[in-house]
Amino acid sequence: MKLPLLPWLILFLPLLAAAAGMLWTLRSPARTARLSVGAIAGSFLLSVVFIAVNGWLPAGAESAVTWLAVGDLSVDLGLQLDSLSLPMLLVVTGVGGVIHVYSLGYLRDDPGFARYFACLSLFTFAMLGVVLANNFLMLFVFWELVGVSSYLLIGFWFGRPAAADAGKKAFLTNRVGDFGFLLGILLVWSTLGTLDFGELRKIISVRPDVLGGAATLAGLLIFCGAVGKSAQFPLHVWLPDAMEGPTPVSALIHAATMVAAGVYMLCRVFFLLDLPGSHALDIIGWIGGITALFAAVVALQQNDIKRILAYSTLSQLGYMVMAVGVGGPATGMYHLTTHAFFKALLFLGAGSVIHALHHQQNIWKMGGLSWRMPVTFLTFLVATLALCGVPPFSGFFSKDAVLAATLTGNHANYLLFGLGVAVAVLTTLYMFRLVFVVFLGSTRSAHANAAQESPRIMTWPLALLALPSALAGFWAIDGIYAGAFGGEGGAGHGGWGHTIAMLASLAAVIGGFVLAWRLYRDAMDDPLPAKLGGLAEAMRDRFYLDEVYQGTVIRFQDACAGFADLFDRWIIAGVAVRGVHGTTEFVGRALRLAQTGNLRTYAFLTVLGLALILYLALG
Amino acid sequence: MIGLEHYLTVSALLFCLGLFGVIARRNLLVIYMSLELMLNAANLALVAFSRFNQDLNGQVMVFFVITVAAAEVAVGLALIVALYRRRQSANVEHLTTLKL
Repeated sequence: MKLPLLPWLILFLPLLAAAAGMLWTLRSPARTARLSVGAIAGSFLLSVVFIAVNGWLPAGAESAVTWLAVGDLSVDLGLQLDSLSLPMLLVVTGVGGVIHVYSLGYLRDDPGFARYFACLSLFTFAMLGVVLANNFLMLFVFWELVGVSSYLLIGFWFGRPAAADAGKKAFLTNRVGDFGFLLGILLVWSTLGTLDFGELRKIISVRPDVLGGAATLAGLLIFCGAVGKSAQFPLHVWLPDAMEGPTPVSALIHAATMVAAGVYMLCRVFFLLDLPGSHALDIIGWIGGITALFAAVVALQQNDIKRILAYSTLSQLGYMVMAVGVGGPATGMYHLTTHAFFKALLFLGAGSVIHALHHQQNIWKMGGLSWRMPVTFLTFLVATLALCGVPPFSGFFSKDAVLAATLTGNHANYLLFGLGVAVAVLTTLYMFRLVFVVFLGSTRSAHANAAQESPRIMTWPLALLALPSALAGFWAIDGIYAGAFGGEGGAGHGGWGHTIAMLASLAAVIGGFVLAWRLYRDAMDDPLPAKLGGLAEAMRDRFYLDEVYQGTVIRFQDACAGFADLFDRWIIAGVAVRGVHGTTEFVGRALRLAQTGNLRTYAFLTVLGLALILYLALG
Repeated sequence: MIGLEHYLTVSALLFCLGLFGVIARRNLLVIYMSLELMLNAANLALVAFSRFNQDLNGQVMVFFVITVAAAEVAVGLALIVALYRRRQSANVEHLTTLKL
């Protein structure tokens, strides 16, 4: 491996920018932004250089220093550079860089401009750490760091209660998943004695049954982390709320990269999940499928442009997790990559619309924006076509690969294939609902009438992202990822699975489009509630899951907190602390009476005491 | 024949007299003199023990006590004088500022 120091530089450049931004240049927004954009651009360029020199699979792909050694536990601070992490490096820094530039325009007049960029750099650092980590502990540390920066950015407008609450919700929901993740890591360490991915892989390849009966449990516990971070059912509730953050943040963190970290992590430890006797993958596949379907159904009845995209993200994450579950991690990563391009583009397009409409997010207050904002419209259309899986856009290839994996993967599951096709229909339906209502038809509000195209610093990133959204299907990205799984992990090109998947997804796109055309072509309001009645209402209210959580988990938690509060207030603070303090004070007050200040009394009492001691000692 | 017990009785009497003075009198100077009386009662006992036990250590101890007492008197009297100048009184009943 040449240039071994380069990956470290790639990792730490954003941290330097974040530190500089937080510590020194918070007062000068322009400089912080320049540092931040410079850092991520530098990381991107260095990544390109590194890959150009070393290829996708560098020899001796690890570079590590021992970080801590306690007893048997020795943890390296190490970077794993293979054909799984290197493409992700490009995605994170590339898409991230474009979004950094876009943010320059989107948040230009925001008072927290400098803080925003410092947090964004911190996020980039954390995400790069997750991508590059070569052991579980380091992965977990950066995993949490990603959570923190996500929290900071969701609650960026912390003056708004909704944003502050959303940040807390995201953080706490993630904690639930991370708790399982940590247990999984501990389980792996206690049974296999190492946390290093390379060593774990070696142990597993020699003795695949080494985990024995704990294999399913370990797999599922590790999956818990992904359920939290990648917002899978039932911990998906935080992601739609996270849309309270600035739109570029939604694009970068809650669509393109961070939420994909869960999928990435599953692929990174895929060898631990795919063990003989382990049922973890089956459950993972089902969770993914359920999330995909659930989110797609809910997305159909949302009216906030960002929430529609958020549920769409959930749905696509479900696809990726499903792909991992059916034994096609490479296809999952493939879909992750193309999704990062077009979903970031969708969010940035939505941001451009929101920006033009003075922060109006209700799609029924938009309409007819296609000729007022041509660049935004065209790029948004490209991303929509990619998301729906229209050939030859990138999404077509990756979604096709995922569907084919459900048919021909090692854990093929035809039910999941059917589910995936149904989701594809729904995806096309809700995306074209969005496009028709927002960009076509007649305008529905004064703001929409007066909308103008966004400044160039925002439209250029759109164009830059439209390029890979349209063309990434021809870049053989799946081949690169397959290299990380020894040429397997994908369904491979050709074969009956691909033919069926391709036909089914084409049919789904056409079906969804026809439906959307008939329902929403020039609808002034949503026709679905009249047709579906209560079902539409349930879809709009996200099947009342938030309310269910409110009524069960949160109420239970509140009860526990209330009890703990009473216990703390009366037993700990009352009896224990106040008791000790009260007794001492009472005794002190009583003894104070003896303190007359009169020398003769003291002398008398001293003598009395002395006499008493002498009497007891001698008598 | 005068034995050890006679010396000790005198010593004890002197000590109790001193003690009574310390507890009962109000004037700082008198309390001070009573304290000296107690010290010297102890000295008497030490000398008596030394004599009857044929051990010079007791007498050495007495010299120490006398020396320390002389130093202590010097400091103590100076304090009393200073106090008197400040408060125009050497009556302990008036010196109760340390009370809470």
